[in-house]
Amino acid sequence: MSGPAIAAEDLRLSYGTREVIHGISFEVPRNEIFAIIGPAQSGKTSLLRCLNRTIDFTLGAAFSGRVVVDGVDVHRVRDVYALRRKVGMVAPLPVGLPLSIYDNVAFAPRAAGLSRRAGLDAIVERCLRQAALWDEVKDRLNGLGTALSGGQQQRLTIARALSHQPEILCLDEFSIAIDPVTTMRIEDVLRQLQSEITIVLVTNLVQQARRLAGRTMFMWNGEIVELDRSEVVFSEHPGQRRTHDYVHGVFG
Amino acid sequence: METAVPPRFARTPSVARREWTQALARAVFFTMALAMVVPLIAIVAYLLVRAAPSLSWEFIVDVPRKGMREGGIWPAFVGTLYLVVLSLAIAAPIGVLAAIYLNEYARENWFNRLINLAVINLAGVPSIVHALFGLGAFVYAARFGYSIVSASLTLAIMTLPVIIASTREALASVPRAFREACWNVGATRWQTIRGVVLPNSISGILTGVILQVSRTAGETAPIMFTGAVFFKAVQRGTLFPYRLTDQCMALSMHLYTVSTQVPNVRESIPYATAIVLLGSVLLVNACAIAVRVWLRNRKRW
Amino acid sequence: MRRREGALSATAGPIGTTAADRPQRSPWSTAVERAVETAIRASGVSAIFFVLAIFFFVFREAAPVLWDSDFHILQFLFSTEWYPTSDINVRYGTLALTVGTLSVTAVAIALAVPFGLGAAIFVSEFCGRRLKEVLKIVIEFLAAIPSVVWGFVGLTVMSRVIVALTGAPVGVNLLNGGVILALMSVPIIVSIGEDALKAVPDSYREAADALGATRWQTVYRVLLPAARNGLLAAVLLGVGRAVGETMAVLMATGHAVQIPEGLLNSVRTLTANVAAELGEAPAGSPHYRVLFLTGVLLFWITFAVNLAADLVIRGIRRR
Repeated sequence: MSGPAIAAEDLRLSYGTREVIHGISFEVPRNEIFAIIGPAQSGKTSLLRCLNRTIDFTLGAAFSGRVVVDGVDVHRVRDVYALRRKVGMVAPLPVGLPLSIYDNVAFAPRAAGLSRRAGLDAIVERCLRQAALWDEVKDRLNGLGTALSGGQQQRLTIARALSHQPEILCLDEFSIAIDPVTTMRIEDVLRQLQSEITIVLVTNLVQQARRLAGRTMFMWNGEIVELDRSEVVFSEHPGQRRTHDYVHGVFG
Repeated sequence: METAVPPRFARTPSVARREWTQALARAVFFTMALAMVVPLIAIVAYLLVRAAPSLSWEFIVDVPRKGMREGGIWPAFVGTLYLVVLSLAIAAPIGVLAAIYLNEYARENWFNRLINLAVINLAGVPSIVHALFGLGAFVYAARFGYSIVSASLTLAIMTLPVIIASTREALASVPRAFREACWNVGATRWQTIRGVVLPNSISGILTGVILQVSRTAGETAPIMFTGAVFFKAVQRGTLFPYRLTDQCMALSMHLYTVSTQVPNVRESIPYATAIVLLGSVLLVNACAIAVRVWLRNRKRW
Repeated sequence: MRRREGALSATAGPIGTTAADRPQRSPWSTAVERAVETAIRASGVSAIFFVLAIFFFVFREAAPVLWDSDFHILQFLFSTEWYPTSDINVRYGTLALTVGTLSVTAVAIALAVPFGLGAAIFVSEFCGRRLKEVLKIVIEFLAAIPSVVWGFVGLTVMSRVIVALTGAPVGVNLLNGGVILALMSVPIIVSIGEDALKAVPDSYREAADALGATRWQTVYRVLLPAARNGLLAAVLLGVGRAVGETMAVLMATGHAVQIPEGLLNSVRTLTANVAAELGEAPAGSPHYRVLFLTGVLLFWITFAVNLAADLVIRGIRRR
């Protein structure tokens, strides 16, 4: 397990004829929280979807360039489903699958081929504990995932993302639809996880990136404006004037 | 203190005229809606009254007698059952799978637009053209001859596009967010469909198929030239009187026969046949609606 | 199926394990999935196959007559003289039948569209919740009535009503067929028309309310124009239903192959004609083949109507 978790070289993404990511290159080191900030329509979400190739499901989307995730080029991977299991993804809107809570978390291991009850039980409990949801649902694992509150469903999504043992966990504006208390709890979870997984955090909330990230990348209009340690990016003198303006709310 | 109505809200003649137009419009449209309900009730009532002398359990279980001037409709009733079960057994799996393809797998390209066009056209083909197709393809080309097999295959092709359409609607009612959540954890398309999409659309799919029972039972032209006959001798009350290579009687065909081809029929017999056909059809549809309502109440999101 | 239980138990170490420790799907389950997906794709493609098959097999039975010396394509399409069984002067003119189809459809649409759209407007805009449920069930039942039952109704109930109301000698005629077809087409027009009105965004209604419009004014000036395409599609689909109907018109319109001069004349439609004569035409004879050719003609007519309806609907979705 050496080398960066993610290495992108000249990544370009187009929807039809419209290019949305204009040849960016960056590296995400292992086992830390890496934040991507920037205004809306910068290409942040599209970038994440390139990493686990769910961009394939979007009509007319095509991306080029070398994107190496955990040592494997995503264009040349043999089993795209194994790639998706290496990269956990949490979407902005909480989604509980219309299955029991147990089946929500067991869904990915079962799809991967695990069927022994003891193994699944262990995974479900471990992932729900890590997502800080176990205590609230341990007595009703057979209850519907969709019956949980928004904050609980987002933690359930995190548990689901952890259930397939990813090397990298991507979170796409995970807090926009949940309450501040749950947001704080999830941020604690992320801080605990970072020693074991690499975390890529896309967020519109500059303060959140400041709180959590070791390194931050500022994207704007499909290009990288600045990528540096967070102390530098959020300081009074970052590398770029635009970074300073965005971070301090001059625009955005 | 002033109690007069402020001038802005006074009921001027123009306001009164608008209110009157509104009331008139409402009355007119209500009458138009009523124009559907009243004839339906009147027709059904008239049929019932005329059918009453013959309506009984005997009528359903007995066989036609005296050249169909008397007796019952059992061979036609059980023949319709055969045709419905067989044709839906063929059409439902193909239709559901085709709908899954169109809704879950097909990308937006010319080929799939062609498939869509084909389904729409299949849905609009007149029943007599289905009859001609069945005659040319199954009776002659495939050499199944005039038989229950030919008639069922013809009916199956006829109901296929409707099953595809209703299944697609049921599948589309499952939100895309669920599918994306499954793809994100590395599930394949089929695993997603089997684990989340199908279990949550099964009620709509079932309803669609059950509704086709009544349509299949009611069609005459497609079976008239492929496997249904005016008369077939059968034991009263037997459940399996036909072999698949036999021709059979059918309720829809029987109604046509006794009302247009048989002279001197006892007057209540055609009416009673119509009532049995209509009643069976409406009963099955009511079951389908009940299934839909019951399963919808168990909705999981 | 390879599994490494140790790496996945609760007492295991770090989450990130190597690829060798990940479970694999059993070859059986992968094979099943591949088989199912093949079946799914095949079923999807089958729709094209069936449409082509219908055209092919009907045309196959019809084609030989095109080279028959007694058959002339222009006569087929444009002559009103239909004498397929004559020994001396056989003629295959379908114009009277086409006019029969058009006239019955016209009467049906003239009745069904105002009533159907009116009912759709009522159900969608003026109706209370309870009444709406009842009316929707009535419409579903109306739609479920088999065509042969409608034909029977035309033969018995409607013909008596017509004779009583107009004093005509016989009750099975153009008017009868038109009324019956109207009753059959109304449910389609109502349900699709109601869908079209429901698809107009609520913001239009709210804006009209904010301007002080009455319900009727909102419908007349805002909703009907906005739902125009969907309502047109509803009418087109109703037309398609009417044109393609066989049994009901067979039983309700009488048996005369003639161009009708009035509503009380007997007519015959293209569809009913095939149903009536196919049983008696010997297999392989020119008469038999001409009937199949009529089927080809019908195929294209309904194709055109349904294509038009679909284009109209697709035009809405694109907006």
